[in-house]
Amino acid sequence: MSDLTRSVGIVQAQTAEFDTPLHLASGAVLPAYQLCFETYGTLNAARSNAILICHALSGHHHVAGRYAATDKAAGWWDNMVGPGKPIDTDRFFVVGLNNLGGCHGSTGPSSINPATGQPWGSSFPVMTVPDWVTAQARLADRLGIDRWAAVIGGSLGGMQALQWSIDYPERVAHALVIASAPKLSAQNIAFNDVARQAIITDPDFHGGDFYAQDAIPRRGLRLARMLGHITYLSDDGMGEKFGRMLKSGDYQFGYEVEFEIESYLRYQGDKFSDYFDANTYLLMTKALDYFDPAKEMDDKLVAALRKASARFMVASFTSDWRFSPERSREIVKALVAADKEVVYGEIESVHGHDAFLMLDEPYVNLMRAYLNRVAEEVQA
Amino acid sequence: MKATQTLRADLQLIADWVAPSSRVLDLGCGDGALLSWLNRHKATRGYGVDFDVNNVVRCVEAGVNAIQGNLETGLAEFENQRFDHVVLSQTIQAMHNTEQILVEMLRVGREAIVTFPNFGYWENRWQILQGHMPVSETIPYQWYNTPNIHWCMLGDFEALCVKNGIRVLERVVMNEEKRIHFLPNLRGSLAFYRVARQG
Repeated sequence: MSDLTRSVGIVQAQTAEFDTPLHLASGAVLPAYQLCFETYGTLNAARSNAILICHALSGHHHVAGRYAATDKAAGWWDNMVGPGKPIDTDRFFVVGLNNLGGCHGSTGPSSINPATGQPWGSSFPVMTVPDWVTAQARLADRLGIDRWAAVIGGSLGGMQALQWSIDYPERVAHALVIASAPKLSAQNIAFNDVARQAIITDPDFHGGDFYAQDAIPRRGLRLARMLGHITYLSDDGMGEKFGRMLKSGDYQFGYEVEFEIESYLRYQGDKFSDYFDANTYLLMTKALDYFDPAKEMDDKLVAALRKASARFMVASFTSDWRFSPERSREIVKALVAADKEVVYGEIESVHGHDAFLMLDEPYVNLMRAYLNRVAEEVQA
Repeated sequence: MKATQTLRADLQLIADWVAPSSRVLDLGCGDGALLSWLNRHKATRGYGVDFDVNNVVRCVEAGVNAIQGNLETGLAEFENQRFDHVVLSQTIQAMHNTEQILVEMLRVGREAIVTFPNFGYWENRWQILQGHMPVSETIPYQWYNTPNIHWCMLGDFEALCVKNGIRVLERVVMNEEKRIHFLPNLRGSLAFYRVARQG
């Protein structure tokens, strides 16, 4: 039961091309696009056991497994997705994709715009959560999945799960909304804007068209990621891990790396700026800021969720201050008022927002119990 | 899913008070035994609330929708009059905000079912006469480690109801699965109340 060591093994990414124009919330139209995705497990004959994993800000389609045995790291949710794991690939057919605007293979700002032969750059349209869900639904059509046994996501991914339940009620049996929020608070938008400003004001950004300049706004990306990381950890968690530990044992009275936390953040920032696209970062944070399914319904989340027919699992983590438990409880309250079935767990954790990617025991138990219920229901 | 065939006697008494197809909120729902039984046998709908995440997990295993929450802070997740029955089983004596939860129960629900160990039970009185705080099957704690901080007898609970404009619709007093009609406050160890707003 508690075997968390098995893996889906060696996996391969796939791509799907779409040439039906996608009309976006911004009014822009994406004439054609490509989605990069991976699947694990087997779709059953009834096509009832499919699960969609929606990624968060810096995520992608590589959810589980490795491309080669020598890969240092497995997919970003390998600890939760695999044979015998809570999202059990022995029972479910699991789909992960890279969202539009991403930088891991799906059409995004760094892709070539066929109309110009140049990278989209600053001309790539801004994406919203509903736009992504529409694109994901087309991928589902392509894969022959009429109805997801579950749509699952943490953070920005949880917003997509929530949006799915509203936009395609008949196509979602269960929505698992983890460490998420019904909309961002002013403070949350503020953090995003500081990150964006760091990127936009980097001289190497060139208004978003840095590809042609052979430049990368590394400094901006690095700062954005460092800031993000601070908000994904809790004060306690950070204190526990780093405290005031010094790299060299004593003060150096200078501005080089001294404290371990500085070293950690700079390392994370550097690593991130090596592979992540600056325009994608901007776009993802905007999608977060714009998310507000209640907006069209007179700011009444209950009214928006009344359309849903899915059953819900909502989970939050006690030390998560970026997407605090209070925000998850807003979702729960609206679901109860809308007369929906909902399970809510508020998990004790020191891991802050990052906890949704960790394995705190009650979290694993809750996921496992809930997904067992889903599996029994869809006869997976 | 674990099938719940037979209910504990005290939970069965509560279940008998719940109307078929009604909406039920079970506060301090534990492993979800009551709601699981009600969902199966009376086609009820609703939620359990529990403070302990492990109980939320047990509820999910029993097919019950549970919401993790702290009853002491009220029932803010629930709108007025969402439920037909709101159940608080053997928990009120362990709460700090006793009066508040009683009022909240009848804000979110039409009827409340409250059960508690009767402090007036003769064996408790006897132990006090012997110079000790009572310890029994329904009160299995020592004075220094008990979670039970608000003891009451039948008359005390009824007085609290009157104070808050709450009407007692039905009262049952039990002692080891037997209903006690004669001298209930002396002979009964467990009290069951079905209450509603006056008027």
